[in-house]
Amino acid sequence: MSEIKKIKNLKEFSTSADRFEGANLLCPGCAHSIIVREILNATNDDLILGSSTGCLEVCTAVYPYTSWDNSWIHIGFENSSTAIAGAEAMHKAKKRKGTLISDRDPKFVAFGGDGSTYDIGFQWISGCFERGHDMMYVCLDNEVYANTGGQRSSATPIGSSTVTTPAGSHSYGEKKDKKDMLSIMAAHNAPYVAQVAPNKWKDMIKKIQTGFATEGPVYINAMSACTTEWKFDPADTIAVSDLATDSLVFPLYEIINGTELNITYRPKNIVPVKDYLGAQGRFKHLFKPENAHVLDEWQKRTDAKWDLLQRREEARV
Amino acid sequence: MADKIDLLDIEVWDGNMAASQAMRQAQIDVVAAYPITPSTPVVQNYSTFLANNQIDGEFVMVESEHAAMSGCVGASAAGGRVATATSSQGFALMCEVLYQASGMRLPIVMHVVNRALAAPLNVNGDHSDMYLGRDSGWIQADAFNAQEAYDLGLMAFKISEDHKVRLPMMIHQDGFMTSHTAQGVKTLSDDVAYNFIGEFKPMNAMLDLDRPATHGVQTEEDYHYEFKARQHHDLMTFAKAKTQEVFDEFETLTGRKYSMIQEYDMEGADIAIVCMGTSVETARLVATDMRTKGIKAGVIGIRIIRPWPFEEIKEALKDVKAVAALDRSSPNGALGMLYNELAGCLLQNAKPSILSNYVYGLGGRDLTKDNIKQVFTELKANADTGKLTTPTQQWISLNGEALNFF
Repeated sequence: MSEIKKIKNLKEFSTSADRFEGANLLCPGCAHSIIVREILNATNDDLILGSSTGCLEVCTAVYPYTSWDNSWIHIGFENSSTAIAGAEAMHKAKKRKGTLISDRDPKFVAFGGDGSTYDIGFQWISGCFERGHDMMYVCLDNEVYANTGGQRSSATPIGSSTVTTPAGSHSYGEKKDKKDMLSIMAAHNAPYVAQVAPNKWKDMIKKIQTGFATEGPVYINAMSACTTEWKFDPADTIAVSDLATDSLVFPLYEIINGTELNITYRPKNIVPVKDYLGAQGRFKHLFKPENAHVLDEWQKRTDAKWDLLQRREEARV
Repeated sequence: MADKIDLLDIEVWDGNMAASQAMRQAQIDVVAAYPITPSTPVVQNYSTFLANNQIDGEFVMVESEHAAMSGCVGASAAGGRVATATSSQGFALMCEVLYQASGMRLPIVMHVVNRALAAPLNVNGDHSDMYLGRDSGWIQADAFNAQEAYDLGLMAFKISEDHKVRLPMMIHQDGFMTSHTAQGVKTLSDDVAYNFIGEFKPMNAMLDLDRPATHGVQTEEDYHYEFKARQHHDLMTFAKAKTQEVFDEFETLTGRKYSMIQEYDMEGADIAIVCMGTSVETARLVATDMRTKGIKAGVIGIRIIRPWPFEEIKEALKDVKAVAALDRSSPNGALGMLYNELAGCLLQNAKPSILSNYVYGLGGRDLTKDNIKQVFTELKANADTGKLTTPTQQWISLNGEALNFF
């Protein structure tokens, strides 16, 4: 059973012990560091951590330094999930045999970006969840291959201009809608999946602690605003995140045992999607008259998704 | 506690069962594996052990070979005994992670039941997968029969897990010819086998919670080269020394002698075939026949492919007049791997042997005694005339027009 840490307010949170070193190479304003710090600080349990290749990995373990105050492993772009599953299996085996080095039970957490989660590492994650390892997988979803300079992934939303789907005279950028990773992971009958955002830190910590207290595979999709590729001022990370959650582009919800969907945040004032899009350079071209239909499409899809979530919540399916 | 199995002194096992039993006796903590022909029975046998409480580790049945090796890396870094088995396409799929396993200095043991690589798709034995792994930083041992797959399967843990070595190790055996052919295998009891291997002693274990460990860091031009240099150094020195030490200990225990290269009929040999896998045994039979006819023929089987036994081969071939390197993998645009490796050794001898290259047995094509006899006959002509009497590279037993180069 994981130890539930009591954190009452932001001040208390900001002064709680850091298990993720502030001295890392992530961009100023990068939401990754906020999210990872919050996840690590949500428990006092020992942690065995893995990172897929990506921003988080290259910025936190450059030899001979590390930003991690826990055991940590990186193998490749696609397999942090399976690396952590292997470590979890080892702990299980050694516990059964009575050969553990330490008698405490750690928690097992793997991190990956949306590239390594939605795309290249998808199969590995699916395998881990099907087998039911007792682990948490956290996708730091910034909707782009940020570490390699901003190529589209299957988490890149419609209309986004990336270096591989650039906006041009004959293109408004990415044409396809983002993959619904949360539904896919819930469809694995995972005991707990949730979408979180760093600006709603209380909601996020509660979900992380629920995840740590859950036995079996837990999937967390964390919205991670990317100052570099979304193109906003590094000081505005939380403001842009607020627009994302308040426009319902990133609705906050959880799904328990594959079916019980709970919406965990209902904005008092829902802001128009174009306010969220307008705050970021990657959508700048959508405000040209010829791309007005994409803005309309965005609002339509966001409304439909929110409607679906509410109906699912009510129907418990 | 797992139940023990009372083995007969000699069991009738195929190579896959021999490998599986060695894995069982090692009391592995985690096996992460995915079935692929012809190594599938290793995974199946292990599942049967699990179903009958004959193993007490975790058996993680993953969704691909890439995940198998990824799981092995995570488990090994966590700090415990780890092993797996694969073949061919599966081996190719896990190739990326093979380099990561060795670079992270993780003592993972893997049985590789050798098989051809597609295209065209083929399930039979050749050494294409073995050759694919030769720069991956693993220790590579080759078993010529089921007995050796068992023996090396036990010794591998002791070599690989040594704290100075900490490098993963493959044990190769020929697909079908060894893996599916039942033979008499001399066994060790469960207790004797486990005591020989010894308990796993963790180092830099992620599960050592009071001393957290970091595995798989980023290095660029500042440190990467030094990491690789150290790994190469340790493979060349510590791994080699430890392998010999374990071979010696195993001989004391069982009377079965292993060495970096296995020499047969090499005393005063004028001509020699160098090969690997089951071909070694075929070549031995023919060499013995040749000796009865007064032709001084010998055979060298490569036991340890990596680290390459340079000095041993150089010494073994120093007085041999003509040598054939038999490669069971298409060199695809060059001379075979064995030819090139041998050439490097011979070049430093005062009188370098005349060296020729034979490609054979791709996709399970038989290598017959007659084929070997033909090679020895050509080697004899080379030895007698003091020059190469054939093209440098010939393809044996190829239907249609003869193929030769250089």
